[in-house]
Amino acid sequence: MEPDSDVTPSDHPGEALKFTVLTGAHRALAAKMTPFAGYDMPVQYPAGILKEHLWTRAHAGVFDVSHMGPAFLELSERSGDPEADHRAIAALIEPLVCGDIRGLKPGQLRYTLLLNAAGGMVDDLMVGRPAEPERQGGLYVVVNADTKEGDFALIAAGAGSKARLERADDGALIAVQGPQAEAVVEALAPGAADLGFMTFAALAFEGERLVVSRSGYTGEDGFEILGPASVAERLWTRLLADPRAAPVGLGARDSLRLEAGLPLYGHDADETTSPVEVALAFAISKRRLKARDFPGAARIAGELDGTLSRVRVGLKVLEGAPAREGAPIVSPSGESLGVVTSGGFSPSLSAPIAMGYVPPAFAAPGTALTVQVRGRSQRAEVAELPFVPHRYVRKPKPA
Amino acid sequence: MRFTKDHEWVELVGDTATIGITAYAAEQLGDVVFVELPEAGKAVHAGEPLAVVESVKAASDVIAPVSGEVTAANAELGDTPQTVNDQPEGLGWFVKIKVADPAEVEALMDRAAYEAFLATL
Repeated sequence: MEPDSDVTPSDHPGEALKFTVLTGAHRALAAKMTPFAGYDMPVQYPAGILKEHLWTRAHAGVFDVSHMGPAFLELSERSGDPEADHRAIAALIEPLVCGDIRGLKPGQLRYTLLLNAAGGMVDDLMVGRPAEPERQGGLYVVVNADTKEGDFALIAAGAGSKARLERADDGALIAVQGPQAEAVVEALAPGAADLGFMTFAALAFEGERLVVSRSGYTGEDGFEILGPASVAERLWTRLLADPRAAPVGLGARDSLRLEAGLPLYGHDADETTSPVEVALAFAISKRRLKARDFPGAARIAGELDGTLSRVRVGLKVLEGAPAREGAPIVSPSGESLGVVTSGGFSPSLSAPIAMGYVPPAFAAPGTALTVQVRGRSQRAEVAELPFVPHRYVRKPKPA
Repeated sequence: MRFTKDHEWVELVGDTATIGITAYAAEQLGDVVFVELPEAGKAVHAGEPLAVVESVKAASDVIAPVSGEVTAANAELGDTPQTVNDQPEGLGWFVKIKVADPAEVEALMDRAAYEAFLATL
């Protein structure tokens, strides 16, 4: 038996392996650990990926995502006028991303994309506007683990002397995902249940301040909780003491986000892919598209007008083995179309699913294609994304 | 039963070897979701890929522990690949091979030697 592919695409050669504040807790739970984005991370616990995945869909999965890059961008000099201060901080980050940051309401979180001059994706990230009047002029930012050093450098350079970036990746970032996540988190951090999808708030836990957002990467309702290192193990342990909660590793995190149709940066998106190609056009602000005031706006506007040459689609593999990253996608007439960028077995559907790139003419749901796995052609068809419906809990928007 | 360092097991009856992956390998792989097996009649060579076993997260080659010709593949694994996890050293067998040289099987590790090898991992 020789593994020839793995959930961990890269670690960081030449650098010492880093540990999250919860590494000891994972080892105590007998997790299988692997290097991921330079960190020693749990791939799975003894229950295994399949059970952890299905538990999250039915109950509440608890994930350590402390390897990611939470940070706060803070205006160096606040005017004291909350709206003016928000506009000032938004103006520092908007030149790097294609989203509407200025238009965020207090307490709102937005998924957006860092872009390069060619309109390619540098990363995807969350940007939030704090709810508290005294915190206006600050932004909560969460970037991906593997790209965080570059992202932070880019954001700090963009801010110059007008704002400082305060990293918060020395504590715990814990995701709680699934239909019972609300009950589990509300029991420990009262107020969580009042949050709507893509909003966040500071909530108290054992006298410490948590930043709790209603967001996630599984397609389920859920929360991402940032807490200081001092309460990390207590928070983790108390979450898992709830019988509705179970620990879930990076293996199931990957299969859950694949079913949810969510791209994984470094696999389904990279510096060459534009937001339109990655099928993330919803993340492009209409105001900003009109103004063309973000990097690569001309290319992106052109792609929206029909010059697109490839687009990310979902694929149902109708027979044979799972088609994994790198598997060629071929038309019924034998024309090479693109490659699979993520793929595997869907525990919820008990079938292989994948995502990959094809020309727009082959992108309509139901289009028959083949994927090649170990030299063998297998029937596949373009599927509507997500594969498994999202179950986000939306509430009236904050005032 | 004999074992390899690649975590396959081989049970020789007459000149037919039944081959599967060990309980240790099944545990390491996690939930098996797909098994790709060779067809009967295929010639196999020791040390070369014989089959592919896929868990949720990865595909792994199963290496032929001995040379010979495939006489049967375990069709049950098509519908119930999790049998590999449930009974790796029994109903979860992969293929039967008519071995070219039974001495190749005898040269593999016995259970005590395999367990001693596992203790070094």
